[in-house]
Amino acid sequence: MLSEGSSFMKGMVMGGLFCLLLSLLGTFSPISDSKTDSHHHHHVKAASKEELSRRFSDSQVQELNNQVQVYCVIMVQPKTLIYWATVIETWSKHCDKAEFYTSESSKALEAIDLKENDDWARLRKALKHAYENAGDMRWFFVAQPTTFAIIENLKYLILTKDPDEPFYLGKTMKSGELDYVAYDSGIVLSYEALKRLINVFQDESKCPEKGRALWKLSEDKQLAVCLKYTGVFAENGEDAHGKGLFNSRTVDSLIADSIKENPNDVVEGCCSDLAVTFSGMSPNQMHVMMFGVYRLRPYGHDFHDSLVFYPPEGSDND
Amino acid sequence: MKNTTLMFSVGLVTGFVLLHSTLNSLPATKTFSVLLGDVNKRRGVQPDLTGATVHSTWNVPHTVRILCWIVTAPKNLESRTRHVRETWAKHCFKTLYMSSAKSDFPTVGLNVSEGRDNLYWKTIRALQHIHQHHLDEVDWFLKADDDTYVIVENLNYVLSKHDPERPVYFGRRFAPFVSQGYMSGGAGYVLSKEALRRFIEGFTTGKCTHFSPIEDMALGKCMETMKVEAGDSRDVIGRQTFHPFPPENYVVPQLPRPQPWFLNYEYYKRVEGPGCCSDFAVSFHYITAVQMYVLEYLTYHLRPYGYKYRFNPEDKEGSGSTVKPLAALR
Repeated sequence: MLSEGSSFMKGMVMGGLFCLLLSLLGTFSPISDSKTDSHHHHHVKAASKEELSRRFSDSQVQELNNQVQVYCVIMVQPKTLIYWATVIETWSKHCDKAEFYTSESSKALEAIDLKENDDWARLRKALKHAYENAGDMRWFFVAQPTTFAIIENLKYLILTKDPDEPFYLGKTMKSGELDYVAYDSGIVLSYEALKRLINVFQDESKCPEKGRALWKLSEDKQLAVCLKYTGVFAENGEDAHGKGLFNSRTVDSLIADSIKENPNDVVEGCCSDLAVTFSGMSPNQMHVMMFGVYRLRPYGHDFHDSLVFYPPEGSDND
Repeated sequence: MKNTTLMFSVGLVTGFVLLHSTLNSLPATKTFSVLLGDVNKRRGVQPDLTGATVHSTWNVPHTVRILCWIVTAPKNLESRTRHVRETWAKHCFKTLYMSSAKSDFPTVGLNVSEGRDNLYWKTIRALQHIHQHHLDEVDWFLKADDDTYVIVENLNYVLSKHDPERPVYFGRRFAPFVSQGYMSGGAGYVLSKEALRRFIEGFTTGKCTHFSPIEDMALGKCMETMKVEAGDSRDVIGRQTFHPFPPENYVVPQLPRPQPWFLNYEYYKRVEGPGCCSDFAVSFHYITAVQMYVLEYLTYHLRPYGYKYRFNPEDKEGSGSTVKPLAALR
């Protein structure tokens, strides 16, 4: 009777240990990983207030505030002239430097004419130009004229990130095994990432100027492939709650979805308070965004932010 | 011998199942990530980034109590009014939904049929109801449509400078038909306590009558008759706060263009483009359900971190406003 009991206990212990072992192996096993959790991409979050005050003194934060400068690389074409004009009149005023790169020149608006119709080749040329003319700038934001960006929120995201480290941020998407940053929601590159990219441009086998496949990869995927060769990987920009900061859709579209999915908490369930980009908005909607973001607010709500950004000089729509 | 082996096997299975179910009832990955030192860092709980401080009394010298009465109809409750209730109406001190029929929404039944011809009857009955039941509970009475979006804090700010015992009302001032002007119905208008008393008195004494179904104009005429002042709701640099159309109709820069006189109802000089609208806008009209939440997001949530707004009317720090006042104020 006793021997049976002790056998039972031994069995229990062995069974338990066996279960534990299997579970432990489970967390390491790549098979179970891909079954349970398919997102292997990295997340980048802005530093919280507590983290900032813990790691940096007030004067250091001030330094960071002044140092974080963004060079906006805006890829335009005469066929999207109205959007091009709207970007000039709206959010690009908040870039420390906003440079417009076009496929062909337009009589109406000034830009750096790359004289290039191929999208990928044009992007390469633009990035090369930006790198060579960066001056003191250490962060690069690549956008299309259909993107609306809030540069202050971008600066907040990258504030404590070292631009001498390779950062390639935005809204990450997956294409097979490739993680890439979606073009329409904006692409953020640190100086180091851009430097490595410019270098690998010279390697025709790794990063050809004309896509080698029978079908052409879109420029954003092509960018990811080239960066990957240099050891730079796409990272998803998020707020403290894990909400994506880079959006490929309009506010209206995201809200409409949220009404269906979170009818009792539409706005909270939708988009981040510190969103960096939206995409696909009409020129009129972009003007409304300028008002909505930089002016419209409820009287009496004060924020005690760790950073200070001033309105651009001479702007009449802020 | 067979028995012990059997017991061992039973024990094995029991031990396995027991531990497995225990692990599953705990947040499993967390248990092991704690043990293994969290190799694959997942999203943790982070403190709120926005760091907003909402002052409970704001910066207004005294608390302004506003009763919001929203004109609606049974057919709109699901498609429109529900979203008013989910968004801006929450910021009112008191909210009433006025309809032809009483319901569990809840709506007040006004004993008036729906339809354009009855709009002024609805207003009259609604104000009589409010006067009878709620006069002493609040200081100001805001009328809005079920497709008006209101930023109540900004209405508070406008009204905080005025005395509710004075006969005055505010809104988007229109010029025609009434010599002191009248307030657009769609953009919302707000009566002081004394203004409401005088409106009721007007109907009791017969000085005001239902002479037209155009409710905003007719009410405006009654206000003038009862010597209630049509107030100026613009901000300190002359920008409008109440708007009878959505923001898109105003903020988009336009080339100067001729306006036929009969389209320009504005009492004050019409401004298009970014100078149209105050930072502390009070209302917009013809707002769809989706747009209600969009405006909620833009007003109360989405913001540029660290941004020092250009317009700071009460800024005592001396940096002052760098926005120039509008030249021609009528």
